[in-house]
Amino acid sequence: MKFSSSKLTKLTTVALAVSLLAACGDDEVIEVERIVEVIVEVPAEIPAPVPFSYTVTVTNLTHAQPFSPVAVVLHENGYLWQVGEVASVDIELMAEGGDNSRLIALPQALTSMSGAMPIGPGGNDTFSLTVNDIADAKLSITSMLVNTNDAFTGLNAWDLGQLEAGESWTTQVGVYDSGTESNSEAAGSIPGPVDGGEGFNAMRNDVGFVARHSGVVTSDDGLPNSVLTGLHKFDSPAMRITVVRTE
Amino acid sequence: MIKVLSFLINEVNLVKTTLIGAAIALTLSNTSYAADLTLDIQNLTQGMYFTPVALVAHTPEASLFELGEAASVEIQAMAEGGALDGIATIGDSIDADVLANPAGGLLAPGATATGTLMTVDSNSVLSVVAMILPTNDGFIGLDNWQIPTEAGVYTVYLNAYDAGTEANDELRGSGASGEPGMPVPPPLQPLLGNGGAGVTVIENNATVHIHRGNIGDADLNGGTSDINNTVQRWLNPVAKLTVTVN
Repeated sequence: MKFSSSKLTKLTTVALAVSLLAACGDDEVIEVERIVEVIVEVPAEIPAPVPFSYTVTVTNLTHAQPFSPVAVVLHENGYLWQVGEVASVDIELMAEGGDNSRLIALPQALTSMSGAMPIGPGGNDTFSLTVNDIADAKLSITSMLVNTNDAFTGLNAWDLGQLEAGESWTTQVGVYDSGTESNSEAAGSIPGPVDGGEGFNAMRNDVGFVARHSGVVTSDDGLPNSVLTGLHKFDSPAMRITVVRTE
Repeated sequence: MIKVLSFLINEVNLVKTTLIGAAIALTLSNTSYAADLTLDIQNLTQGMYFTPVALVAHTPEASLFELGEAASVEIQAMAEGGALDGIATIGDSIDADVLANPAGGLLAPGATATGTLMTVDSNSVLSVVAMILPTNDGFIGLDNWQIPTEAGVYTVYLNAYDAGTEANDELRGSGASGEPGMPVPPPLQPLLGNGGAGVTVIENNATVHIHRGNIGDADLNGGTSDINNTVQRWLNPVAKLTVTVN
């Protein structure tokens, strides 16, 4: 008899006491007791899932740049964007129009959440997420600075394995430019409240790669056709992120 | 030294080679090579170019530049015109280990250049410089960063500095030290405007300081600046240095 060393099975030796009545002659009855070893396959207990739970709080540090509803994604590998590389359509949709629906539905996501509302300057939002059995999930966070052409902020594939239960980590992150829409700052090109213009447009008319954002110029600083003013300027960092591993 | 030790290895039998090899590796790391580094320098901007980058491992007593102090003539030549000759001369004089120009020319926006650097024991800090284009005397800088002794991957972000040696007129001009204007090498020729009147003729801070950024203008044929104000600008940090201690 052969058994594989599967995780779900284990070998158990069961001792059985077997009583046999043996007839050994006409009137003589002898009771014989034999020990028989039988090997049986029994399924191993399925261990209870080990939850890894996190609370993520993001704060808008800008003066007048509301953040689009934040996407928080836990994933096992990869990254959402990379400086110097072409932005995915998922990132482009978020960076140009604040639409994070494809980011929170990414196939590599273990779990994800979207903020219910935009976050105004000075405001914050909190998210609670849990993954089972994966101690080193990657945390990615994205949100558009909506009074821009295609600026976004966030965190890219931060290794949650660095946090012990009960520990927290705080960082402040800068602003990226998706490189998919030129920073014209022109009327009709900015989806935020300052303009109410167009969000996503599939046409790409900028440098074609993600990089750190260079900031907005605004009409106050020498871009005559800009719908932005000095109120909408921002610097790096733009978002504060606190991650607490709760279990 | 390596040759001699290799000879010794050949003389011993195969069984002992492994042990002796390990002992030699230890000896080398303690006495000869302090660090075997892989250096990746990335341009994080979308519209600025870097001139050939110099990555210099040197002693903590040496320094290529200091914030709040006047730039050396070598830093001035690098920051105003992208020249690394002076930096190489300094490197020689202080027995530095230098990785020069890993990009083989300009480091374009978003691009990464990679090189390796073996450092001797005493050269325990790393400095990095390269001019930022288009600017008058802006440069990326890292000043005496302690090289970790533990193997691993380390990330450092670099800011943009102003050498304080030239007024930021933002006009096409010269890359020679002391001459006004910005050098405009071929890839940048079509990207800049022309005929600006000049943003300023004054340099208020004659020491190395955080660059205040380009002003630029929206007028490609005139205005005050030859810099395109929506493209040739940045926020710090402008460069990412990844140091792999092997």
